[in-house]
Amino acid sequence: MKGWISKLRTLSLFAFMVLILSACGKENLTSLVPKGYGAEQSFNVMIISILVMIIVFVVVMAIYLYVILRFRRKKGQEDDIPKQTEGNKTLETIWTIIPIILLIVIAVPTITATYDLADTSDQEDAININVQGEQFWWHFEYANEGLQASQDLYIPTGEKVYLNMESTDVIHSFWLPSISGKMDVNPENENSMYIEAYEEGVYWGKCTEFCGSSHSLMDFKVIAVSPEEYNQWVEDMKGTSEQSTPETTTAQEGQELFSNNCLQCHATDANQPSAGPNLANFGDRTTIAGVLDYNKEELVNWITNPAEQKPANGMLDAPYLEEGHIGNEEAEKIADYLMQLQPSEITPESAK
Amino acid sequence: MSTMVANQKGFGAKIWDYLTTVDHKKIAILYLVAGGFFFLIGGLEALAIRWQLVEPMNDFVSSGFYNELITMHGTTMIFLAAMPLIFAFMNAVVPLQIGARDVAFPFLNSLGFWLFLFGGIMLNVGWFTGGAADAGWTAYAPLSTTSPGEGVDYYVLGLQISGAGTLIGGINFLVTIVNMRAPGMTYMRMPLFTWTAFVASALILFAFPALTVGLFLMMFDRLFDSGFFDPSMGGNSVIWQHLFWIFGHPEVYILVLPAFGIFSEIFSTFSKKRLFGYTAMVFATVLIAFFGFMVWAHHMFTVGLGPAANSIFAVATMAIAVPTGIKIFNWLFTLWGGSITINTPMLWGLGFIPTFTVGGFTGVMLAAAAADFQYHDTYFVVAHFHYVIVGGVVFGLIAGTHYWWPKMFGKVLNDKLGKVTFWLFFTGFHLTFFIQHFLGLMGMPRRYWVYLEDQGLNLGNMISTIGALLMGVGTIVLLYNIVVTSIKGEKVSGDPWDGRTLEWAIPSPPPHYNFKQTPLVRGLDPLWVEKSEGRKGITPAEPLDDIHMPNGSILPFIMSLGLFIAGFGFIYQKYDLSWLIVLFIGMGITLGAMLTRSLKDDLGHHIHKEDLEKEEAGE
Amino acid sequence: MSDHDILNPKEMPHDPEKATLEGKNKFIGFWFFLGGETVLFASLFGTYLALRNSTNNGPSSEDLFGLGLVFIMTMLLLTSSLTSVYAMYHMKNNDFKKMQVWLGITVALGLAFLGCEIYEFYHYIHGYEFTFRSSAFGSAFYTLVGFHGGHVVFGLLWFIALMIRNAKRGLNLYNAPKYYIASLYWHFIDVVWVFIFTVVYLMGVL
Repeated sequence: MKGWISKLRTLSLFAFMVLILSACGKENLTSLVPKGYGAEQSFNVMIISILVMIIVFVVVMAIYLYVILRFRRKKGQEDDIPKQTEGNKTLETIWTIIPIILLIVIAVPTITATYDLADTSDQEDAININVQGEQFWWHFEYANEGLQASQDLYIPTGEKVYLNMESTDVIHSFWLPSISGKMDVNPENENSMYIEAYEEGVYWGKCTEFCGSSHSLMDFKVIAVSPEEYNQWVEDMKGTSEQSTPETTTAQEGQELFSNNCLQCHATDANQPSAGPNLANFGDRTTIAGVLDYNKEELVNWITNPAEQKPANGMLDAPYLEEGHIGNEEAEKIADYLMQLQPSEITPESAK
Repeated sequence: MSTMVANQKGFGAKIWDYLTTVDHKKIAILYLVAGGFFFLIGGLEALAIRWQLVEPMNDFVSSGFYNELITMHGTTMIFLAAMPLIFAFMNAVVPLQIGARDVAFPFLNSLGFWLFLFGGIMLNVGWFTGGAADAGWTAYAPLSTTSPGEGVDYYVLGLQISGAGTLIGGINFLVTIVNMRAPGMTYMRMPLFTWTAFVASALILFAFPALTVGLFLMMFDRLFDSGFFDPSMGGNSVIWQHLFWIFGHPEVYILVLPAFGIFSEIFSTFSKKRLFGYTAMVFATVLIAFFGFMVWAHHMFTVGLGPAANSIFAVATMAIAVPTGIKIFNWLFTLWGGSITINTPMLWGLGFIPTFTVGGFTGVMLAAAAADFQYHDTYFVVAHFHYVIVGGVVFGLIAGTHYWWPKMFGKVLNDKLGKVTFWLFFTGFHLTFFIQHFLGLMGMPRRYWVYLEDQGLNLGNMISTIGALLMGVGTIVLLYNIVVTSIKGEKVSGDPWDGRTLEWAIPSPPPHYNFKQTPLVRGLDPLWVEKSEGRKGITPAEPLDDIHMPNGSILPFIMSLGLFIAGFGFIYQKYDLSWLIVLFIGMGITLGAMLTRSLKDDLGHHIHKEDLEKEEAGE
Repeated sequence: MSDHDILNPKEMPHDPEKATLEGKNKFIGFWFFLGGETVLFASLFGTYLALRNSTNNGPSSEDLFGLGLVFIMTMLLLTSSLTSVYAMYHMKNNDFKKMQVWLGITVALGLAFLGCEIYEFYHYIHGYEFTFRSSAFGSAFYTLVGFHGGHVVFGLLWFIALMIRNAKRGLNLYNAPKYYIASLYWHFIDVVWVFIFTVVYLMGVL
């Protein structure tokens, strides 16, 4: 019986190690494979604290197991009265002092990294982006260029990009695990943080402050491209306009429908602020509404029935839903229009 | 008077007895039953949450309902299950451990219970009126202040009412322990459970008023259009976070310190040794409580308080690990050299040490602000606080249930079933929560209704759900054990564990005056002192005499009922001012009952010496 | 001690409020309660300090507050604290009549304070249209000062109830602790007001 249990224990422990080692999580989402400055700083502190903790854990468990095995009452000892020890000054001093030292080992790098991550000395010369959290999507305004973008944020690799974040409704939190730790997006004050991606890639970001019905669907992406590609992307986006005519007729009809029904809130011109998400490069989006697969079918579904995919989202107030004159056919035309909005050659593909 | 009522056999009389009782032992049973009931509700909510997360993009529950589930699960478990169960044991045990016949304020003791119960019911009324609270148990503004419907209103009023009860209970135990100790029971001879109850009560006293204020401000914002947390009126939602965590962090210690106390009693009893480093244990308890008030902002590292504040709170938080570590080592060395019996309560104790140690370690990791930017509001945090609150508090409460059940009910819970419960629950617990550390690090934020496919989160979530089911089965076995023991269990003596402290010196369940003669305490572990000198009972400090006991009263029930009624008036006047009538009726009932209490003399009653002698002769 | 001795003591001890175990419990319990109340008001003060400049383009503290009336209110409340001390002094000397008289004066002063406060609020609401709903500052001001005012009302009702209930039977060991803690409560209210005077009014106009 005993041996069986211990075998089982070893086996489950082994299985666990395999699980941990083989799966650090999805690439570009997990914080365990840092690919940016902030995530790396956090990861270093994490590793130091885990190492210290494992050492202490081993000591505690060694004493624990020894005590249980050695001092369990055996047959014939029922009437034994153990010595009633009051305490031991030396021992007690040891286990007060050593933890203090160990905590200092953790505290010093913690404080260093905390100050480092809050450093804003070079903010003025860096790329500044005004981030706006809204139930349940993200808006990014390139402060220097006046460019608007939603859901997908393009940044250059290898440099600090400052995010100045504020919410328009409830509190959200901007988290990009592979690149950087999180920062709350508050409605009453602006919070600043910076991100720096080491390598090109499409990184998953998530909202981490409980913000309502679709909190779990408030994803965004950060697309890190080379600085040259980034500059080109900015130029291309500056050239977007609502006037540009699509090639196919269905898309042209879609544009007409879009102008009549969607343009009150959305914009397809990246220079144009809008109440709803800016769709200027919708054709290059990684996902629809932050979480849905990018294809026409999903887009039509989303346009005709947004409540199902993302409960309580802002689209539900759109007049076209109530008036009911956007059926599948119309939605497909709008989808054709939106999916051909590809103003730049720099797309998520460029980041791979 | 209460003896007369107790002697009438009828069911109605029994109900009336419990409605009016001011006996700490009966109030303990009330707390145990009510807290246990809410624990089951909270557990069902937890299972529903886990079932929703068993696979990606699941649609077992809607997002709105899911948010209500997580909110009510957290709120119920903390305020309506853990707190009252802690109070159950404080009521059942503390007066006995200090050799008192009752608490300092028996009337307020009863009032505290009824306030808690009516507050707890109020919180749950939301389920039946179009949706319970859905802004998370932390109810961060402005999400909570803008949440439609009445769910959050019920949260605010329910917590306000039950919080008042808790505050009253805290003051009661402070005074009880200061004033009611038997002769010779000096502070440094108090059993550790009493010490932790004392410190936890002090924490309640200084922490709950911050929640009271926070709840008032939220109530004003939601129901009376004030602008505390409304940015458009110049308000600031971060104030709520400060107030909530100034209360919320000490709350963790309010829960876990008494659990430490329970384990200290168990380790000492079942290794047949006095507690190793008793003095250090007491000071560690006080130190943890003291630090507990200076670390609240570690829940707010990502709010944007700046690196200076973050660093200070990080270091202060880490400091708590030192006294906690002292406790862990003292427990281990209590076992060292002992004669260890492993029965159900001890098994929970032995399960607690490694579990809580892991919880403490992740606590230190979370305290490292720069790393917390990754952990914050992810499943890593969910895993951490369940390791602390389940691994510490719930393990402690279940251990205490098995340990003191014979004292409260005169029967020992079945040991075999107890061990089955332990293994199921313990395995289920680690399956559920260990993997969640990694889920968090792998990018799963907390309070997510669904997670997407292909994000590497599927397996971990499935394991977690399986673990939760095991915990559910373990709980069912515990319930079965309680039923079987109540029906079939054999009566045991007053001292089934070969105990060391005063509660084991009297019969089980104790007579309603507890001690016929007030005991004389001659050292730490007073009963053990007597036993080691070959005596059977405890030395009395006084000759047999009349015993003064408090009278029962229905007024606490009425006062609480009045506030409960007034709560509906507060909420629904936001739609229709005629509901103010309900508000006034409710407040009138409460104030009327208070006035009655104030004007009517209540001097209690005496049990006469002759009756006590007759009782003794009859036995 | 039998019930009879408590209600009709042969001889009043010098500290009648602490002569019985119940009295001692009440005494310590009430001090603890005041500790909790301190945290309550500290939280309200903290909130007020955080929001006192959030006027949302409405009236600010400089526009509203004048020190004249508030000074009178402060004097009224400080004096009432003193008169309640006299009442307790007479309680210790077992002079019930004088105690009731001084408590009566205390109540009168408290009522005068309350009248001033009601006038002040009325003045702000109708003279400046400054209400609970004007701004976060308005909410914080009325909540902090209103909580204090609510305590004053409760304290007055408490004194009045005690005075009427015991008018005929005089002092005994059962009601002495009740009188004593009511007066403790009154002192606490007074101390809170001193802080309100400083934090709200003095800091508001300076």
